[in-house]
Amino acid sequence: MPELSTVHHPLYQLRRTPFHARTSQLCLPHNWRRWGGCIAVGSYDLGLDREYWAIRNHAALIDISPLIKYEIGGPDAARLLHRLTPRDIHRMQVGQVYYTGWCDDDGKLLDDGTVTRIGEQSFRLTAAEPQYRWLSMNAVGMQVQVTELTEQMAALSLQGPKSRTILNLACEQPVDSLKYFRMAFNRIAGKAVSVSRTGYTGDLGYEIWMDAADALVIWDALMAAGHDYGITPTGILAMDMARVEAGLFMLDVDYTSASHAWIAGQRSSPYEMGLGWTVNLDKQGYFVGRRALEREHREGSSWKMVGLEIDWEGLEREYAAVGMPPQIPASAVRGSIPIYTGPRQVGYASTSTWSPVLKKYIALVHLQQPFHAPGTRVEIEVTVEHHRRKSPATVVALPFYDPEWKKK
Amino acid sequence: MASNTYDAIVIGAGHNGMIAAAYLARAGKKAVVLERREIVGGAAVTEEIFPGYRFSEFSYVVSLLRPEIIRDLELPRHGLKILPLPSTVTPLDNGDYLAGWDDHDLTRREIYRHSPRDAEAYDEYSRVMARAAKAIKPIIGLVPPDPSSLSWRDMKGLLKLGQYAHSLSEHELYRIAKLVTQSSADLLEEWFELDPLKGTKAASGIIGTYLGPRSPGTAYVLLHHYMGEIDGAFRAWGFAKNGTGGVTAAIASSARALGVEIRTSAAVDKVIVRGGRAAGVALANGDELTAKVVMSAADPKRSFLQFVDQQHFPDEFVQAIRDFRVRGSSGKVNIALSGLPDFTCLPGEGPLHRGAISISPSIEYVERAYDDAKYGNFSRQPYMDIIIPSMIDRDMAPPGHHVMSCFVQYAPYDVAGGWDDTKKEAFGETVIATIEKYAPNIRRMIVGKQVITPRDIERIAGITGGNIFHGELLLHQLFFMRPAPQWADFRTPLAGYYFGAAGAHPGGGVMGAAGKMAANEILKDWQ
Repeated sequence: MPELSTVHHPLYQLRRTPFHARTSQLCLPHNWRRWGGCIAVGSYDLGLDREYWAIRNHAALIDISPLIKYEIGGPDAARLLHRLTPRDIHRMQVGQVYYTGWCDDDGKLLDDGTVTRIGEQSFRLTAAEPQYRWLSMNAVGMQVQVTELTEQMAALSLQGPKSRTILNLACEQPVDSLKYFRMAFNRIAGKAVSVSRTGYTGDLGYEIWMDAADALVIWDALMAAGHDYGITPTGILAMDMARVEAGLFMLDVDYTSASHAWIAGQRSSPYEMGLGWTVNLDKQGYFVGRRALEREHREGSSWKMVGLEIDWEGLEREYAAVGMPPQIPASAVRGSIPIYTGPRQVGYASTSTWSPVLKKYIALVHLQQPFHAPGTRVEIEVTVEHHRRKSPATVVALPFYDPEWKKK
Repeated sequence: MASNTYDAIVIGAGHNGMIAAAYLARAGKKAVVLERREIVGGAAVTEEIFPGYRFSEFSYVVSLLRPEIIRDLELPRHGLKILPLPSTVTPLDNGDYLAGWDDHDLTRREIYRHSPRDAEAYDEYSRVMARAAKAIKPIIGLVPPDPSSLSWRDMKGLLKLGQYAHSLSEHELYRIAKLVTQSSADLLEEWFELDPLKGTKAASGIIGTYLGPRSPGTAYVLLHHYMGEIDGAFRAWGFAKNGTGGVTAAIASSARALGVEIRTSAAVDKVIVRGGRAAGVALANGDELTAKVVMSAADPKRSFLQFVDQQHFPDEFVQAIRDFRVRGSSGKVNIALSGLPDFTCLPGEGPLHRGAISISPSIEYVERAYDDAKYGNFSRQPYMDIIIPSMIDRDMAPPGHHVMSCFVQYAPYDVAGGWDDTKKEAFGETVIATIEKYAPNIRRMIVGKQVITPRDIERIAGITGGNIFHGELLLHQLFFMRPAPQWADFRTPLAGYYFGAAGAHPGGGVMGAAGKMAANEILKDWQ
């Protein structure tokens, strides 16, 4: 008999997350998606309503383990992240979390994620795509250790107005004092976790980081604690609707990484993506892309990503012309749709969705200067019974939805 | 008996010859293709070497066949199907393997298992190579201009090339300059640490050359192989239904439908020259055919040193063709099997058996294989690219049985002491012994084996020197220097005589570009 040990190399399938034993039991419609080389639940129900409303009304439990995670440690850890990102990492306090993008030397975004200061000389970085090579290239000559934690570390996102109540029941220490974009260590079911008040939904919410070996115990503890508060395992499709409402973009959907772009025009700067607030040009020292970003800041950007609200009346009119009520897709649409001013195309939508909470048809759009100013009236292409038409819409500032309890 | 007067005569019914004839017929010309062998296909043939077992005898994968040729000649209607070849697996000496899939996530995960660093570098490397291939690709479609000429056509071509070079960023330009001068080992060592990954990638830089992975210029060959991967939906490497002969059968069928006459067992002896122009050909059997133009799709040596008396060419042209390097360096072993051999690293039957199996554990291994060849021997431990065609197309072998195709490098054309039956047998044994290290039970399953040396490629397929590309893909034999300086535009110093095969720009592979472009040039010159 041939040696069989090598047969078990899991080449023939995508990676499973540490929660697979639970999520696969619950994913009744077999609606699986890809995320970072893993299979991830698209939705646990045939429709998205229940999961979407869990995010906005109760608490949605989302497996976010596929996120790429690094631990960056050593005397120069802060220096490395200060050099890598446009944010002022030296001003960051232990326990603080920054959201940031990072750029190439031309000031164009490579990826985006969160930086958490775990300790004086220790950080956690999340990313949509692997960054080990880029981190190593920027760490030349520094005393710093970069360790990938993607597979060792499991993560859950608990999002929704009831998330705090549930965590207070499940955690050893209450989380009431944990402020927006802060992180604290805690224990759930006796297992060490770190809890950050972050998320991808624009609602009150937390992300819980744990050793992969503890994943199932913690899942069970949260489900038990949340039972009476409407905790709902939620897939990434409902989260996709919520993140558009929150004005949050996604790599490869709303922008192309500079390292993937075929042509210069596919690249985006932080300013163009509305991340000007993360670019600290007044910070000390060099960071990757600094000169290009200074120039762009001085000269202005030619494009900007903003929000677009499509007029319901206009949409009704286009559909009424063929005798139909408006037809809206049931989930977020990741596809480019042209935006016009008169006959001239001035931009495109990269993700559009029906917002169940706002009762509006909304989109993340990329518009040329000066059409991105809030209040600008434009038209978006709609396909009505196989014919292309234009429907009026208004440019708005992001986010679309910003409940007061998100930061409170 | 058909009339022996044509508009155009094409010598050689390989894919390029038949494609050229088909395009000429499409433009309303009366064309004939003359083939020395009793079957069409040239080096792209499928033959039933052992009853029930069918082999792509020589060329065995298809990557670069131009999509516009497939569309123009309606090849799918004539039976062309290119089946996916979705993976490459490199068996390792420790019983494990390294695999690459056509799925990004799976490939990344597999490389990550061996080296997290290389998993990321691989992504970036693929993008950089794809961009470089995209940048260089328009050049393939250009008729190479002659930089020493002041003719309007050449000036225009140079201008176009200059404009194109100008459109590239400085960064891209450097990248390309580096790629065409580097060795594949140097290129790969800039990116990767994993030996089998480097070895497998490096191997594709030496295919068909008489060079090792440490020889400068091999990085370009690597890029040449990337070309097939950037045609969007048009998939990279594939295996033609019914073997590579399936491709030429479809081309022959399409050519005939367009009115091309294809004569087999019609070896050309000489090109007839009248009044300083090619006027027809004399066949070995004494028949004479006349035509306005003659195009050769044979190799450069045959086309210019054998078919045409040298008095019709300038001395320096003759010298350039004599100097053109066509030394074959690879052989092939086609094996009929009573079952699927058990690879130690891949027991049983799995998805990886539908892809390529590469014997290339490290750059060192491949370079050592080259060392043997440098001194006139076949490699004692050769690089091999193995596929099991019957796993991809079940019609290639009887049910339950299999055929295995082993491309083997190095096997020098001019092996020390010459190729005889003993040496050929020893070469075949080396191949089997090498496979046996990774698939110990293969010997028991062998029903028959065909060993092909460069001498056999020359003898059977008629390629002088037995080089699979009709001449090595070396920098000094490419673009405006292929096959000779000033004559890279498919014309030759003899009026009315054209040249359109792998020995012409842009080179070998079942690509068809040379045949198509030569036909275009013939039609441009048509009076």
